[in-house]
Amino acid sequence: MNTHAELDVLGTAATWLAEGHKVALGTVVKTWGSAPRPTGSQIAVRADGAFAGSVSGGCVENAVIEDALRTIEDGKPRQLEFGVSNERAWEVGLACGGRIEIFVEVIA
Amino acid sequence: MRPETLASLNEARKRGRAIVRAVDTKTGEEKLVDPYTDSSALGLAAARAARADVSGPAEVEGRNWFFAVYNPPLDLAITGAVHIAQPLVPMAALAGYRVRIIDPRTAFATEARFPDAALSHDWPDEALAKAPLGPRSALVALTHDPKIDDPGLTAALRSPCFYIGALGSKKTHAARLERLRGNGFTDEDLARINGPIGLDIGARSPAEIAIAILAQMTGVLRAGGEGGRLTARAAASSGPV
Repeated sequence: MNTHAELDVLGTAATWLAEGHKVALGTVVKTWGSAPRPTGSQIAVRADGAFAGSVSGGCVENAVIEDALRTIEDGKPRQLEFGVSNERAWEVGLACGGRIEIFVEVIA
Repeated sequence: MRPETLASLNEARKRGRAIVRAVDTKTGEEKLVDPYTDSSALGLAAARAARADVSGPAEVEGRNWFFAVYNPPLDLAITGAVHIAQPLVPMAALAGYRVRIIDPRTAFATEARFPDAALSHDWPDEALAKAPLGPRSALVALTHDPKIDDPGLTAALRSPCFYIGALGSKKTHAARLERLRGNGFTDEDLARINGPIGLDIGARSPAEIAIAILAQMTGVLRAGGEGGRLTARAAASSGPV
């Protein structure tokens, strides 16, 4: 669900592109259990690390931004998975116990 | 995502049109789909996702896609700029609705009383002809006055809107149904009207009645009209935290 009630991630991404920034987009494509944000939730990440939107309510954004920056560099789409069973959980796990999969791509 | 895709998505959103982006998450290949005009297999699957208002994976003709659904905002049309409408407008706006109030009585529908709603002083049949109810629309009739409520309900029954509700006692509602039957609607048509309106939560004040109405609308939109206590649901729930 993306309505006007949510932050305008795609509008922000378009503005950044028009300003000459490189931008990647992260999208929640799958959730298990009590994930904090529904599928379709998006985050736009700029090459300088600025971002708009949210894919987890703050739990894993830092890790997603890191991978988004790699995607901006090499142009390759990525699928990231986060959850309590993930080895990265200690660093960037979801406190709610859910799992999410995020698709990261460059806008180019 | 190609920059042209982003521009098309933003254009569709600006125009209030539903649009679905199908993306292959392995390769990044993408297609933009107009869910309500594209009759291909991909278009039909996208239409299901748009109607359900859920982004998610879909297999179409042996190929795996992720559908990102971009729906226009929800639309709530209220006939009757009455006291219950006053709390309902900000509550519905917070829940993501664009709210419009239709009431030809100019003394009721004033900006001072309804700063957050689009106001129309047309009669409901005219207002709803100018800006029709769609699949993401709800109509709530609050005036008790058949001259105002009935044309709105008639337009709603002829539309694909997802929710129709009408304020009034059982007796008022029975008389209303009788009038609408006289206008050629069947019992099956009339079963779409939630009347008396709202969930049975003992609501007394206008704000509580607004909660009962908005909760019922949400239940119809998200749970097919089913509602109840979350504690009664299976532990496997995947609802929001």
